[in-house]
Amino acid sequence: MGIEIDFEQCTGCGNCEPACPFGLLEVVDDKVRLKEGCTLCSACQEACPVDAILIEAAPAAETTSDEHRGVWVFAEQRHGQLKDVAYELLAEGRALADILQTDLSAVCFGHNITEINQLVAHGADKVYLVDSPELAENLDDLYTQQFIELIQEYKPEIVIAGATSLGRAFIPRVAAVLKTGLTADCTGLDIDPENRLLQQTRPTFGGNIMATIICQARRPQMATVRPRVFKKNTPEAGRKGQVIKLDFDRERITAKTKLLNFVKDLTETVKIEEADVIVSGGRGLGKAENFKMLDELASVIGAAVGASRAAVDEGWIPYSHQVGQTGKTVCPKLYIACGISGAVQHLAGMQTSDVIVAINDNPDAPIFEAATYGIVGDLFKVVPMLTEKLKNG
Amino acid sequence: MNVIVCLKQVPGTTDVKVNPQTNTLIRQGVENVINPFDTYALEEGVRTKERYGEGKVTAMSMGPLQAEAVMREAISLGADEAVLLSDKAFAGADTWATAYTLAQAINKIGQHDIIICGRQTIDGDTGQVGPELAEILEIPFVAYVSQIEEIADGRIRVQRMVEEGHEVIESSLPAVITVVKEINVPRLPSLRGITRSKSAPVAIWSAREIGVDESRVGLAGSFTKVIKVFFPQRVSQSEVFQGEMESQVDCLIDRLKDTGLT
Repeated sequence: MGIEIDFEQCTGCGNCEPACPFGLLEVVDDKVRLKEGCTLCSACQEACPVDAILIEAAPAAETTSDEHRGVWVFAEQRHGQLKDVAYELLAEGRALADILQTDLSAVCFGHNITEINQLVAHGADKVYLVDSPELAENLDDLYTQQFIELIQEYKPEIVIAGATSLGRAFIPRVAAVLKTGLTADCTGLDIDPENRLLQQTRPTFGGNIMATIICQARRPQMATVRPRVFKKNTPEAGRKGQVIKLDFDRERITAKTKLLNFVKDLTETVKIEEADVIVSGGRGLGKAENFKMLDELASVIGAAVGASRAAVDEGWIPYSHQVGQTGKTVCPKLYIACGISGAVQHLAGMQTSDVIVAINDNPDAPIFEAATYGIVGDLFKVVPMLTEKLKNG
Repeated sequence: MNVIVCLKQVPGTTDVKVNPQTNTLIRQGVENVINPFDTYALEEGVRTKERYGEGKVTAMSMGPLQAEAVMREAISLGADEAVLLSDKAFAGADTWATAYTLAQAINKIGQHDIIICGRQTIDGDTGQVGPELAEILEIPFVAYVSQIEEIADGRIRVQRMVEEGHEVIESSLPAVITVVKEINVPRLPSLRGITRSKSAPVAIWSAREIGVDESRVGLAGSFTKVIKVFFPQRVSQSEVFQGEMESQVDCLIDRLKDTGLT
């Protein structure tokens, strides 16, 4: 296994140098040299005109079982309320199922879930519902085992779930037990119609690189998607679908962990993920008190207040406001970034916003490239002026 | 209390820039560091040992030989022992193959009460190795731990962060937990630690030494395969206003009104 360079063939042309996304290839004395850290992505192999780069392919894994059919969406809920991410995934799952000409199913675990028919209205052909008082709380162990059982029984070819704190915790366990591939935080899903393979595209390296990943030999093909990456469809009220109620057999499932208590965070009144307009502040604000200025603008335009990681790390605003790779992904109609330079990690959490406004005194800040509109200037003058004019206008 | 902390060596990516001519990451001058989230895992491991006395903290990583540097850093930060799993056969591993490799090495170590990982890495960003590791070892798992409340009588009670608040969860030991940065403030290396880190051995284990089936590690053992790597196309269509500040602000308000946003 691994990468090798055939020095007899290598002409030292250097085509491979820029092809390596990690900059690991270097031509020295007319021969290419490989540094440590290769991920065997094969980008260099394609660039080599003389086929001097050899990457030993993985031995043909066990052949794909052909009996897996259908696209599944894990429809997450908490305390009976379905989460938006369920509808977002149904919109994407519908598109995938249509290409594959197969059924789209939603799978939902919980107790007394309101609006279960909404899953059908949003595109599901079938809903597998396991309703039990035992599942009233989100319990990873029960979810893991129940989901594994259903997948083994019904054999879907694709399973997608939200990359929420629940999904990110239990979906990898499901994949590990089923011994199948799982791709985290996909931002794009597509089907290769020739072989029905799910092409899963995700940002990696802090959003600097995009990688498209497949799971060739194992089924189901599994992926998680962060909330707010896909847009939900408008529900179709009269849409026909089947809700299949399944029994929950608590006896058969062993829980290794026990939920003792759930404490709701009362300080988190802002749900920035759900806001239509967000005013966000970064390092440029200088100190905690200056977030008041953003609060004023936010109250005038009915916005929630977000922040970059820099502002959160400085302790100016709680983590629940953080937008970005390790914070929340948001997709508002309007995102106003004040004093945020626009590191890729921040952009990863907000770049799908409909309109982005950047206010920053550094004209070279990367945020201006992501922005729809930009004002280069002192935010301590621009923001109050904007607030004042909007208030009066 | 025997603790194993899983670490990954990552480039300190916050300052990573893309070379616009060659479209590659500029790695020169980018230092390799312990994945920032793993520093909280290491700190929590050391604190746990200190709190309950006895036992040791073993830092473990899978990676190229150059990762020995971060293993030494882990020793300077309080790890008693360091094990680096390094073998050509491990290259190109996806999260499952990585978790499988770590699991085999953990089985080789034998006695352990708790395995701590960071919530995710800053390069791969998947957060999958921890939960997959727990399933392969067939032991309990709790994600996003923000506080270890108590460890007693072979059980652990922790707080776990979720979107709407936190959960208090109890589990039997041994268990795998992944921790968030809210859990602690990592210490700086101690003078004693720095001295120790220079001379303490870092065990380097190959595929053969941990007894793994080579078809299940590295690229060969990976269920997922990267078929394309590319740079995100950021087509900048920004309109940066010009002129006096007040006219810029007016322009912005006009544009927002045109799109019905204010």
